[in-house]
Amino acid sequence: MSLLDRTVVFTAALRQAGMAVSSAETVDAVRALTAVGPLDREALRAGFAATMCKRPTNRVTFDTLFDLYFPPVIGDGLSVDDFLAGEDGTPGTATDPGQPGSAADNDHALELLRQALRGELLDVLLRGDDEELRRLAREAVTRFGSAPGAPGRHSWFAYRALRALSPDTLVADLLSAMLGDQDAGGLAERVARQTIMERIRTFEEMVASEVRRRLAEERGADAVARTAVKPLAEQVDFLRASQRDLAELRRLVHPLARRLATRLTARRRLGRSGRLDFRRTVRSSLATGGVPMETHHRPHKPHKPELVVLCDVSGSVASFAYFTLLLTHALREQFARVRAFAFIDTTDEITRFLRGADLGDMMARIANGADLVWFDGHSDYGHAFEVFADRYPDAVGPKTSLLVLGDARNNYRATAAPVFGKLCAQARHAYWLNPEPRTYWGSGDSATRAYADLVDEMVECRNVEQLQSFIERLLPS
Amino acid sequence: MPLQQHAFADVADVHDRLRAAGYLADHAIATTVFLADRLRKPLLVEGPAGVGKTELAKALASATGAELIRLQCYEGLDEARALYEWNYKKQLLRIQAGRDEAWDETHDDIFSDEFLLSRPLLTAIRRTDPTVLLIDETDKADVEVEGLLLEVLSDFQVTIPELGTIVARQRPFVVLTSNATRELSEALKRRCLYLHLGYPSPAREKEIVLACVPELPEQLAEAIVGTIRALRAMELKKVPSIAETIDWARTVLALGIDTFDEEAVASTLGVVLKHVSDQARAIGQLKLSSN
Repeated sequence: MSLLDRTVVFTAALRQAGMAVSSAETVDAVRALTAVGPLDREALRAGFAATMCKRPTNRVTFDTLFDLYFPPVIGDGLSVDDFLAGEDGTPGTATDPGQPGSAADNDHALELLRQALRGELLDVLLRGDDEELRRLAREAVTRFGSAPGAPGRHSWFAYRALRALSPDTLVADLLSAMLGDQDAGGLAERVARQTIMERIRTFEEMVASEVRRRLAEERGADAVARTAVKPLAEQVDFLRASQRDLAELRRLVHPLARRLATRLTARRRLGRSGRLDFRRTVRSSLATGGVPMETHHRPHKPHKPELVVLCDVSGSVASFAYFTLLLTHALREQFARVRAFAFIDTTDEITRFLRGADLGDMMARIANGADLVWFDGHSDYGHAFEVFADRYPDAVGPKTSLLVLGDARNNYRATAAPVFGKLCAQARHAYWLNPEPRTYWGSGDSATRAYADLVDEMVECRNVEQLQSFIERLLPS
Repeated sequence: MPLQQHAFADVADVHDRLRAAGYLADHAIATTVFLADRLRKPLLVEGPAGVGKTELAKALASATGAELIRLQCYEGLDEARALYEWNYKKQLLRIQAGRDEAWDETHDDIFSDEFLLSRPLLTAIRRTDPTVLLIDETDKADVEVEGLLLEVLSDFQVTIPELGTIVARQRPFVVLTSNATRELSEALKRRCLYLHLGYPSPAREKEIVLACVPELPEQLAEAIVGTIRALRAMELKKVPSIAETIDWARTVLALGIDTFDEEAVASTLGVVLKHVSDQARAIGQLKLSSN
């Protein structure tokens, strides 16, 4: 396959993964390819990124696919450089674990090799040499990452390679080597630990990428590309997010809030302006001999809604509630007032937790400090709404937008539709954000049916993208 | 437009000349700059504040021996500030001075070059010498300005109704920067090469610090960079960028600190973290003494 064809296939894979690459950009990419030449792989990567990957959030996807379609080496490690150097670096020099031979001998040799590789890994992690690290990742996958799959084929697994080298168990050795005679437990140790963890994570990612490359050789890049690409952070499902995804999401909060706020101010500015500013109009008319050619207006005062957030913080929905609370808090200037209430089976006000300077451990503080459990600590929307209406009768007024966050999974308990209906009637608007897919609503113990008609709208809010478009709708222009 | 020479011979050339101009580019930066020069496309540089976006444009200008023309974008920037404007006060004077003239004569006269106030975009297009046009903080400008930029950047020509079309004789090297406070339009991005500048690798950051603060001992530089990376891994409101790292290095040097320990970090944390909550968090997580 020529390099040009390869580029076109690569472009198709990028589009498949949801990136918008226009034909003009593909043409640019090919021009970049001719300008930098095919031999410098990193330059090629930079050139393609400059022409086809124009959003930072797409970069991980781009890199994954680039490594798949333009692998640095083939087979067990035959690279372009080997060709150029004229070496006979024939693939398969490694002792294949599947080769016939005395099994005990083989095991012993493998164990020796494993020890040697671990020693080398320790050394390389200490120096932080990325090139060497990549070579080791390749070696580890070649030696330990494969398992015979269907006849005549290999299957490759990152966890096999990582289990053999278990880089996490090297941390203690690395720490002591890095710190030398400095005292343990101090600042130096925490900084060193951070560095080490970062390098180990890099190594793990290299192994994963190496495994994808080997798989692509077995099954074709297209087949691997379909499964290898992770969804963008904005499209990660709240209910399925891993711990690491959640940390990533929390990083998104402030940039997201800032972008939303900028867009809103822009929209407001474009809108109708306010009352005539007589003084400025007369002042500027002096330039045109007292004829008011242009009128000046005072800026329009935007209407700011009061926001009351009522959120389920039990179990799995908690991460969704947390993220939404962070976002509404970051946007608090756009609202006249934000009050937040949380419930599991009873309700308590949690606005005071939002006031703290550091929101990182907010959820833990809420769980410890707020009174949320009344009976058994399983969601009870009915009782929670009754308590809310009873204890905070003045929370919801005619200026309030009421926002309920939760999946309405009621554990088959009684609903409180009349009470909730009254709350919605009092509020200016009432919305329910549900982190479950729409198709699950009303199934099992979900009480969505009872509440969906009472609110203005029940919105499916599974990921940041959907949340963002909802908030934009909620805020007035 | 006459055929013109490329500014750079190859990627390594970009690298070397930027380094001579005091900018340490990594491989991706050098390649992208090289391509922008080769493909004659504007370069859109995006990234958080303080990672050296504007510095890159300045270094480019000095590396290619070109003059830097800067258009600083802000809310409410319009054509009259970005492109050109008629100097109407001077025109009024001219009309009053020539009361007896025929209108045709006056008309031809007041719409001539003499009464034209050239703003950065037009200035860059009309220059005959090598030029680097820096359009800074493009995301701060309104969406309409993007439309104007599209027109100017795709054809490098400006039409002034009274004067006719002005075509660039020498295509300027255009660098746009953005902090990503809002998403720029797809159309603008399509016309540009895109470079995302993030936080550099530890080795490169150390090199940058040492280049900017040469008197700093290498060991201290390494400690500072390591600590900055630890800070970046936290969930902070404002993550410290390269500019802050350099400030920190300068502070450490000025105070004559020779071991970068808890006390030193705690007493100078204000240089890098500019929110009280961020400082509290860093002190907590790095277990610095909080007094």
